Amino acid sequence: MAERYEIRFSGAGGQGLITAGIILAEAASIIEGKQAVQSQSYGPEARGGASKSEVIISDAPIDYPKATVVDACLAMTQEAADKYAVGIKDGGVLLLDDDMVPNTPEGDYKVIRIPIMRTAKEEIGREIVANVVALGAMIALTDVVSREAGETAVLNKVPEAFKDLNKKAFNLGFEKVKKLMN
Amino acid sequence: MAYDYDKSIRPGKLPHIWCPGCGHGIVMKGLIRAMDTCELDRDNTAIVSGIGCASRLPGYLDACTLHTAHGRAAAFATGVKMAKPEMNVIVCGGDGDGTAIGGNHFIHACRRNIDMTYVIMNNYIYGMTGGQFSPCTPTGDKASTTPYGNPDPIFDISKLAIGAGATFVARTTAFHATQIDKLITEGIKHKGLAVIEVLDDCPTTYGRRNKFRSVVDMMKRLKDISVPVAAASKMTAEQLEGKTLTGILHQEDKPEYTAMYKEVIKRAGGAA
Amino acid sequence: MAKKVALLQGNEACAHGALYAGCSFFGGYPITPSTEVAEVLSGELPKIGGKFIQMEDEIGAMASVIGASLTGAKALTATSGPGVSLKQELIGYACIAETPCVIINVMRGGPSTGMPTGPGQSDVMQAMWGTHGDHAAIALVPASCQEIFSETVRAFNLAEKYRMPVQVLYDEIVGHMREPVEFPEPGELEVIDRTAPSVGPEAYKPYDTSFGDVPPLAAFGSGYKYHVTGLNKAEDGFPTTKADLVDAEERRQISKVKNPTALADIESNEEYLTEDAEVIIWAYGSTARSSRYAVNELRKEGIKAGLFRPITLWPFPEKRTAELAKQAKAIVVPEMNLGQMILEVERVAMGACKIAGVHRVDGEPINPGQIIAQVKEVL
Repeated sequence: MAERYEIRFSGAGGQGLITAGIILAEAASIIEGKQAVQSQSYGPEARGGASKSEVIISDAPIDYPKATVVDACLAMTQEAADKYAVGIKDGGVLLLDDDMVPNTPEGDYKVIRIPIMRTAKEEIGREIVANVVALGAMIALTDVVSREAGETAVLNKVPEAFKDLNKKAFNLGFEKVKKLMN
Repeated sequence: MAYDYDKSIRPGKLPHIWCPGCGHGIVMKGLIRAMDTCELDRDNTAIVSGIGCASRLPGYLDACTLHTAHGRAAAFATGVKMAKPEMNVIVCGGDGDGTAIGGNHFIHACRRNIDMTYVIMNNYIYGMTGGQFSPCTPTGDKASTTPYGNPDPIFDISKLAIGAGATFVARTTAFHATQIDKLITEGIKHKGLAVIEVLDDCPTTYGRRNKFRSVVDMMKRLKDISVPVAAASKMTAEQLEGKTLTGILHQEDKPEYTAMYKEVIKRAGGAA
Repeated sequence: MAKKVALLQGNEACAHGALYAGCSFFGGYPITPSTEVAEVLSGELPKIGGKFIQMEDEIGAMASVIGASLTGAKALTATSGPGVSLKQELIGYACIAETPCVIINVMRGGPSTGMPTGPGQSDVMQAMWGTHGDHAAIALVPASCQEIFSETVRAFNLAEKYRMPVQVLYDEIVGHMREPVEFPEPGELEVIDRTAPSVGPEAYKPYDTSFGDVPPLAAFGSGYKYHVTGLNKAEDGFPTTKADLVDAEERRQISKVKNPTALADIESNEEYLTEDAEVIIWAYGSTARSSRYAVNELRKEGIKAGLFRPITLWPFPEKRTAELAKQAKAIVVPEMNLGQMILEVERVAMGACKIAGVHRVDGEPINPGQIIAQVKEVL
């Protein structure tokens, strides 16, 4: 199953992580024609507390629809990092919000830190687009879909009035990670 | 000349199952006369019932008849009316069927104000199962499951219907045979949920346990307790003690449910 | 022209499948994890002049669906375990009154309120035996969002063709996950409508067996006046207690589904690497997806594993299950319950091979590792 790639978005309920997962799955499946499955945790978690959304992307049909070993994980809160980084595979990547997750969970994976919430708040002026900043960062980090496909999927999802805002958020997230990786 | 009921009755379906002295047959004849007065096209009329003696009524009538499960008549009828609003929908059944097991469907049909006519025959008892107390059995009365007298308070069906939002509510009794078809006629003509409560008698399972010596006694009681709404307005509280109001108790114009849904279809850009 | 593809939740795919099949009436009551079916149809049905009604309770929802169906509408309800339990009496009504309708059950854990947002497969026996009295049942168990679309269409087809309620059961995992779903073009999937009467109103009998085991059904309000009841009835629709008529009616209602022609028409299975398999994983719904993953892993290790996946769960795929039991050394039955369909597998295998279950009811899916471990254990 080398072609199977698993991504987890985790954080607090209400941070838009389910939407981030849906957009990534749309970029992979609708735009790039790959196979994709998106799922999420339901219940009280979706209304606050730790929340997660998972996307599996593959060139072949996806059988088991839930995460097995996660290739890449985002954690927007300390609680989510502590709870969900556990499933990352050896050699995988963990993307953390630099301000919100002071303690890095231990594991055999690469850790990348960028200030996701702060970028949304200070550079764009809207905390609500933090999920799109995170999505841009995740795509830069994993290359699981192209930058263009990611941006198109974001723009397909948001109302006209918010397109510029979200385009900026996506690209800021993308570039911050690329800069760190170079 | 005698009224021609035969044209409305399905050939070969009589005699009915009701006991001698039961008022359900009087109500059925009233319903037939009302349907004739309103010139209802029986091809385009659904008569829906639940379970119980009164709910056997539709089977005798020549129309689209639907004898459903216990208590569910109003909900089946709602499905019929929603799917085909051009059909006339009449619901009939008893007090236990309509206000106990079917109470939820009854009040919500009233709340929606969906255009149906609900004829509810209140004989104060579960007759078909042998005389257990219903939500309408008077407190203190005897039923097969209240050997020491009924401890339960009762539902006033008409008040319940008014409270739940029915826009036409009328009450009469099996004694007042000629008023039955007049009120059902008004109910059918009314646009919205119409409830016609007919106080009825069950000599077999209610009468004999509650010291009614004959069907005539039961009919006399129905006559004695009835006070037309107009007359009641001139009576004192003492005079009205133990009496039941008859006639049209409530009538108002409010948007009807399937008409409201037509607006939903319009807003959605669909063609009805 | 490229076909429309959308990333849809299983529940959304179900709603679109229903529309494709010609559904024009939905009566429902909110319940997790099925509510998205109602939400989508509340928006889509009025666009085509269809009707959506949120009823006062689950029983009322089922009643409204049967009422609507009798006027000729293709009618749907969607619910989950507690709702299906409440609907059981009227599912039986639809059986005996032979009224086409489709019931979606998005399965969660249980009994009672259980775990509303967790997946389960513990309603599969209920789908067959939930309502009282003898009756036939058709239940379909899709495993992907695309298949939920197409099986919902097939459910309507079978309901209309055999004049009976058809249930579609899928668990919360498939109900809530999103996958790309390709919308078939009109005509691409078969859409079947109920057979209308070929005789005039005077000669019409709603249960006239001279037309076969599935008599034509007239719509209320189309010029045909007839009687429908939940009592045992004669061909004319009126109640009867005549022993021979009751017996014939009860038997026909089962034989209309279980005669060989109907069985061949209704049954649907998928097999994966079963030809040379020494161990069969017998699995349905989302558990079959874990099982397919397990088969691939086991094959890499040289273990000849194969997957048998019923898509029609009821009527039970007796013939093929029995054949596989003779062929294989063992059958492993993973299911998110404490052992339901395994009882049927055991019944038809008649001791021909070893049979072992993999069961889980903690709200988590059965993962491939658990299945692989059980396969190795049993061999």
